[in-house]
Amino acid sequence: MTNFERFLDTFFNGKVMLKYLPDILSGMVVTIELAVLIVLSGLAAGLSLALIRSLAIRPLNWLIIFIVDLFRSLPPLVIIVLMYFGLPYAEVSPSGFVSTWLSLAFVLMAFSEEIFWAGITSVHKGQWEAARSTGLSFGQTLMNVVLPQALRLTIPPLTNRTIAITKGTALGTVVAVTEILGEASSAVSNSYNPSPLMMGAAAYLVLFLPVVVLARRLETKFAWKK
Amino acid sequence: MIQTFFNIEIIAAAWPIVLSGLLNTILLSLIVVPLGLFGGLLLALGASIRHPLVRWPLMAWVDFFRAFPPLVLLILLFAGLPFAGLELGGFACVAIAFFLNTGAYYGEIFRAGIDSVPAGQVEAGRSTGLSRLQAMTYIVLPQAVRNVLPDLLSNTLEVVKLTSLGSVVAVPELLYQARQAQSLTYNPTPIVVAAIIYFLMLWPLVRLLSRLENRALAGRR
Repeated sequence: MTNFERFLDTFFNGKVMLKYLPDILSGMVVTIELAVLIVLSGLAAGLSLALIRSLAIRPLNWLIIFIVDLFRSLPPLVIIVLMYFGLPYAEVSPSGFVSTWLSLAFVLMAFSEEIFWAGITSVHKGQWEAARSTGLSFGQTLMNVVLPQALRLTIPPLTNRTIAITKGTALGTVVAVTEILGEASSAVSNSYNPSPLMMGAAAYLVLFLPVVVLARRLETKFAWKK
Repeated sequence: MIQTFFNIEIIAAAWPIVLSGLLNTILLSLIVVPLGLFGGLLLALGASIRHPLVRWPLMAWVDFFRAFPPLVLLILLFAGLPFAGLELGGFACVAIAFFLNTGAYYGEIFRAGIDSVPAGQVEAGRSTGLSRLQAMTYIVLPQAVRNVLPDLLSNTLEVVKLTSLGSVVAVPELLYQARQAQSLTYNPTPIVVAAIIYFLMLWPLVRLLSRLENRALAGRR
């Protein structure tokens, strides 16, 4: 065998790949489930917090700012570990899946609240006043005048952040979630061959590369002219 | 509850372990942040050569590493390379993975910064006799960095947080040490302490960033 053949045989071993393909595929399903749950709940929670913040109730705003700051400064892995290994001491035992989902959703909530809030505050005060003076209620002004403009502004930073946090689903492997990396790692130790890891890496690219390319397009489309 | 999650005796016992983890986290950050900045600057300088044959491969490189979870990259280096006869320690793997991953992010930021400086300035600089490199170093880069300072800081915050991934490959940083202490004491207090340390360490940066970002987004209208 030449060196190159030996390399292929080690890292792209057909037999091993075929054997563990179903595992990697089921890992992809788990990753997608996690990602969808995180994005939906994280963004919804972030938008809700930003809307509550726009009501300008002082103590409530302080609380929101504190929660946002907390989840922006803690590493996601620390939150996951704290939930998975810490909470059981308080008689609550979330599964690895739930720990990863909730942790990353909290992180996305914090980041997206900041972005949504920045978008809302960026709409000029005069627009609020104008809308209110035409007889729109606070809620109507928010929904029909402010949010449409604010959301447009938030799209580039929001997509970037969402992708970065969604990639964090790989952290689930630390708490035994059977997502792509978890499946690939256990396949490597079972087969004593790194090919499943290469498949896992490819699986991530298949999932995330289109999203990154799409985000780049969105970014250019919604970019503000200099 | 306080006995379980914030046990003073356990804090006292675990403190030396956790403290050594904190020092390693700081050390690790001091290594990987400049490394990532350097990699990013190289990428951005490469991309500033507007030839499509240079720019497109670099963009593909950046997108590749933006799509790739850093932990997967780290595991690939740590668990994959030994099969090729190359056994790097956890620390070296973290350094390489961060160079590749955070370099791509920093590169994207620097590129945006360089693009934000009007081309006329380079032309003016060049016409006064500056070389291409001089124009880049003295005219474009200082303005570029200032324009994207909030993004650079925000990415640096992410990088420092990301050093916690080192715990997966047995680098004795803050999270790893806290987990060691937790399994030694059968008590979650060390992890809670680690979380508090991360929070206290990074909170000032988060506050600063949130101000800068609000101002940047609001000023754009």
